[in-house]
Amino acid sequence: MMTSQIQQAAFDVGQRMQAMHTNHDIGAIVSFVGHVRSHCADGQIDELFLEHYAGMTEASLAQIEATARSKWPLLGVDIVHRYGALKPGDAIVFVAVASAHRQAAFDAANFIMDILKTQAPFWKREKRNGQAHWVESRDSDLTAAQRWS
Amino acid sequence: MSIHILYFARYREALGQSQENLELNVDIHTLADLRQVLLSRGEAWQVLNDPRLCCSRNQTLCQLDQPISDQDEIAFFPMVTGG
Repeated sequence: MMTSQIQQAAFDVGQRMQAMHTNHDIGAIVSFVGHVRSHCADGQIDELFLEHYAGMTEASLAQIEATARSKWPLLGVDIVHRYGALKPGDAIVFVAVASAHRQAAFDAANFIMDILKTQAPFWKREKRNGQAHWVESRDSDLTAAQRWS
Repeated sequence: MSIHILYFARYREALGQSQENLELNVDIHTLADLRQVLLSRGEAWQVLNDPRLCCSRNQTLCQLDQPISDQDEIAFFPMVTGG
């Protein structure tokens, strides 16, 4: 299973994890779920809005998935990223990777998240105390992505 | 030549528009040339004078020295913050 999708709706982590286990060659499935936090350094977050570049986003995720498949022997990849208005606690992103052995699955999941955070065209806008603020990119995310090149 | 330009996030808000079609004259060869034209439009457009500006050509990330061709879809946006 190799899929990536962009959606507004919530996703069911349990269902998606079960769907990853497509055959008995799979010995390891690693998953990551990113959630909206209720606080950031500048205060309490009331709402998060995610904008994306429709068309390019899909192509970008497909490219990231293809690169991961070329680097590790993967038996399945599932990427889901939400957009639109989200609340603290909501899940934003889901990445699951299946492989025969755990190391490839751990590494590929890590790689996918690092590259997604620095290349997939999404932008977060936080609402704090009734005011909207665009989230600034973090140098630590760039450093994390650079270690794979 | 004729191109389509998209603006996202902070840039979209500052410019008050998400997209436009533009007819370019022969002196515009690269995304850097295009950005110069946009910067000359006035105060609001200085938002594109961002050292961390990102751009794409036909939905693929690129650098400002990327050449532009007729019918291209160009996008300017701040560094991405998904995930």
